[in-house]
Amino acid sequence: MSNILVNAPKTAKRGDVVEIKALIMHPMETGFRPGPNGRIIPRNIIERFTATWNGAEIFAMDMSPAIAANPFVSFFAQANESGTVVLRWTGDEGFAAEHRVDITVA
Amino acid sequence: MRRRLLVVGLGLVFVATYAAAQVGSQSGADKRRSGYRDMGEALQKMQDDDTANPGMLFVQLGSQLWAKPAGVANKSCADCHGADAASMKGVATRYPAIPAGSDRPLDLEGRINLCRTQHQSADPLPPENLDLLALAAFVAHQSRGLPIAPPADPRLEAFRQQGEEIYRRRQGQLNLSCAICHDDNAGKKLAGIVIPEAHPTGYPIYRLEWQALGSLKRRLRNCMVGIRAEAWPLDAPEYTALELYLMERAKGLKLETPAVRP
Ligand code: HEC
Ligand code: HEC
Repeated sequence: MSNILVNAPKTAKRGDVVEIKALIMHPMETGFRPGPNGRIIPRNIIERFTATWNGAEIFAMDMSPAIAANPFVSFFAQANESGTVVLRWTGDEGFAAEHRVDITVA
Repeated sequence: MRRRLLVVGLGLVFVATYAAAQVGSQSGADKRRSGYRDMGEALQKMQDDDTANPGMLFVQLGSQLWAKPAGVANKSCADCHGADAASMKGVATRYPAIPAGSDRPLDLEGRINLCRTQHQSADPLPPENLDLLALAAFVAHQSRGLPIAPPADPRLEAFRQQGEEIYRRRQGQLNLSCAICHDDNAGKKLAGIVIPEAHPTGYPIYRLEWQALGSLKRRLRNCMVGIRAEAWPLDAPEYTALELYLMERAKGLKLETPAVRP
């Protein structure tokens, strides 16, 4: 189970620019640290974050080591139609998480 | 009649002094500063915004664990303490405390572990374990905004005094005491960092340097390593003694859990 916190407006006026903030729990292992046995601990990071609004991509971001554990992302989008915003995180070791928010545009 | 007037008169005097004391503690007189006030505006905003404060992810995890049955007893915290955890309001403001049937104080994590062993027939969680921190953050979060209120239990006094003695003792290769930094030099800078007054107002905290949630114990160990002192083992009673002293020193300051710290 993934722990995610999202802050997005429930409603917006057509044409408004809205801010969407998303925070996700993820340990971030940089891939540069040696473990207790002297060997490098394999990298485990979130590699990509995307957001779609009714299926159309509105924001995407590639992540690299040293951005942050539990990364916080904030971005802006223009509210053109009511619908569902889908936030998606994917990364090493098959990590995949998703969160949906419905925004009503009037 | 005269007697009643006298009683009313005394009552008024009491109300007046009490009111003066209250105002005194809110304005000017109380100069204590939570570490929150020593942070930059950006970090304060991060702490205040529940969807930007990474500590809230762990509070969320804690709320899930709260409802999850554990141990041989297969009981959840919620089964005994209520699903909404309203019974936990104010609890963190008065820890460490001595549990019934014991004579030694426990910190909040220790109290949670006691419930695991005694009431859930589960193994205690090791120090700094993610689930333990998350449960502690969830429980302490129920007291956010409430003033720290150490219990009046006279048995705690000896432990608190031990804590104060440690606080004032010089230690480590740098031969410094906690008091030299956190009382005498608080507010000044050490390698570009403001030295805070060391009030335990926000634990467990999300510390950016750790990129993780951590306990007061972990924070104290960082300070001890900083002065090149040998940190006590994780289960040492010294941490609880120090916490008792720090909580008394911070009495009345508001809990912030989960706080963000640099
Ligand atoms: C079978 C019932 C039971 C379960 C399950 C249980 N507890 Fe408790 N808990 C108690 C009892 C009984 C006390 C003692 C109350 C007292 O001393 O007044 C207590 C006390 C506490 C206290 C201290 C309260 C205070 O006022 O000082 C905390 C904190 C706490 N429990 C947290 C937890 C957490 C977290 C869990 C789940 C991991 C849990 N408990 C599971 C029964 C339970
Ligand atoms: C050399 C100075 C120094 C000494 C000695 C020292 N500390 Fe600290 N302490 C610091 C600094 C600097 C910070 C803040 C670090 C930061 O913000 O990155 C800090 C942070 C803390 C905090 C966190 C406060 C908060 O807002 O969460 C506590 C609690 C604390 N120290 C307690 C202690 C105790 C107890 C001792 C003695 C065992 C001690 N410190 C010894 C410099 C010191």
